[in-house]
Amino acid sequence: MAIAGAINRRSAASRLVEAYGQEFVVLGAIIALFMIVGAVNPRFLNDNNLVNIFSGNAYIAVAAIGMSLVIISGHIDVSVGSLIGVLATIAGTLAVQGYPIWVAWTVPVLVGIVINALVGALIAYFRIPSIVVTLGMLSILKGGLISVTGGTWITNMPPEFFIAQARLFGIPAPVYFMVVLTILMALWMRYASLGRAIYAVGGNPEAARAAGLYPERTCVLAFAMHGFFAGIAALLFATQLQVIQSTVPPNLELTVITAAVIGGVSILGGTGTVIGSTLAAILFACISSALVFLNVSAYWLRAVLGLLILATVLADMARRRRHRAAGRL
Amino acid sequence: MSRYLLRHEAILAVLLVLALAVLAMQSDRFFTLDNLLNQGRLMAEVGLVALAMTFVIVSAGIDLSVGSILGLVAILLGVFWQKLGLPLPVAMGLGVVVGGVAGLVNGIIITRFRVPPLIATLATLALYRGLAEGISQARSVRGYPEWFFVLGQGEVLGVPTQLWIFLACAVIAAIVLGMSTFGRATYVTGANAVAARFSGIPVDRTILLIYMASGLISGLAAIIFVSRVSTTRSDMGTGLELDVITAVVLGGTSIFGGRGTIIGTLLGLILMQALKNGLALAGVKGDGTIVVIGLILIATIIISNLVRRDADG
Repeated sequence: MAIAGAINRRSAASRLVEAYGQEFVVLGAIIALFMIVGAVNPRFLNDNNLVNIFSGNAYIAVAAIGMSLVIISGHIDVSVGSLIGVLATIAGTLAVQGYPIWVAWTVPVLVGIVINALVGALIAYFRIPSIVVTLGMLSILKGGLISVTGGTWITNMPPEFFIAQARLFGIPAPVYFMVVLTILMALWMRYASLGRAIYAVGGNPEAARAAGLYPERTCVLAFAMHGFFAGIAALLFATQLQVIQSTVPPNLELTVITAAVIGGVSILGGTGTVIGSTLAAILFACISSALVFLNVSAYWLRAVLGLLILATVLADMARRRRHRAAGRL
Repeated sequence: MSRYLLRHEAILAVLLVLALAVLAMQSDRFFTLDNLLNQGRLMAEVGLVALAMTFVIVSAGIDLSVGSILGLVAILLGVFWQKLGLPLPVAMGLGVVVGGVAGLVNGIIITRFRVPPLIATLATLALYRGLAEGISQARSVRGYPEWFFVLGQGEVLGVPTQLWIFLACAVIAAIVLGMSTFGRATYVTGANAVAARFSGIPVDRTILLIYMASGLISGLAAIIFVSRVSTTRSDMGTGLELDVITAVVLGGTSIFGGRGTIIGTLLGLILMQALKNGLALAGVKGDGTIVVIGLILIATIIISNLVRRDADG
């Protein structure tokens, strides 16, 4: 009864909080982190450090947008780290070999789309669980990359190649990519029919089919778009330093999945927003930078991330249970 | 159903014989007793974990944290022995217990909080590996006493020690899964958890025990791993889950749960190890073999799905 009363009395503000609860939690965590770490070590709030945090980790946020699509559609991709490694290497190699810069920028994105559309098709039409396909893909991409390149460093890219180092009004390009792509995708997922279809298919594929949607095509679409974002992420990753190490960035897939999940994308599919995943990616970047400023060994970073993902998942399950209980009243 | 299982294992056995024949023709070093025993030695750690993983996947679950548990136990073995000054046998025992506790935590998250196993163990994959990295601070531990290496480098009756351990565990696992009440409960839980619950099967207890066993056996594999390579590092066992899951799925265990056998897992393991070794002898570098394993994993499931569709139709 208390719940019914609360629902009647809720205002526009409380509806906003309910719809974007997880996003507000993450935003609050970021602000709290800034205040606490800034109080302990004011250098943390230095302009340079903030710019580094945002631009250096924008590629994780961009990759997390694609991962959110995949998880919302009811699947998972554990191979995204390897894919980004492969695409970054392709971009660098093309640039070094003297292809026009636009080729070096677009080919990796196209390759990302094609590879992941294939993954999506295997999942949708051959009915193989996404975890199996992407585990297999992870080893194919990772093994393939190292056996082809031997893990060498790519250097001497032409100066125009470094898109991630460009600045507009003093703000690095990756920040624009992150912000613009997040806003566009948030609008697309909320208002476009294809975007809504991804939620519907992830929430309940059979109901979606009965409603006239095509779960298989939607799955392929979600993965293809995920490939696009992986391609953009690979470009930002490849062009932020003067060298590209042609190996797989360690644990990248885990960071990307964690960002999506902590940002409020439910692991069971069907709910979540890309605004949340981008905020969560920023939160991680802040945490890893904060560890440095608080003099905590960076070796503890992954344990902190693990605890975070566990806590969020448990909270997600508890919230679902509450909703179910409320629904029965 | 059982006819299909037999057929999958029969296909696998034929494939294995073919692969062995081809590999034997490729290199005359392949079919020597020394090489085969050595391959058995290398297979033991993945094999041990794969036995428990068969139970996990048959129960419609998955455990991605096994490699991280292995890393954590390996690090703690060094810490218990060198930093805390415990006798090595006690440290070994404690290490395996820690593995069991880590598995139990997985089980509790899955049964108590209803978190899907994939996500639960993905989180603990990060957590356990993070603990291993944090505790070790990237320092390795060496200088174990000579007797300790018997486990990973020694031989008993001419056969590598860990191969005996693996075989003993495999026999126990096959009996438990194939012939015991617990094994039946595992199949029923995986085939239809709701129906199992209504039939009075202790579903949660079964799942809890399975994940605990998975942690325990990962701990045991960690001790053998450390003994084999004579040192502990925090990145030990990275990617182990991939090898293990591939072997189990290759062996015919359905990723959707409810179907699978230990014999199938053994065949899958041997086929995988034979391919790795054969390709290495044929001049393919280590990373190339990972590609082949990934391809095989995907291809097996596609074929298995197609065959099943035929059988159903």
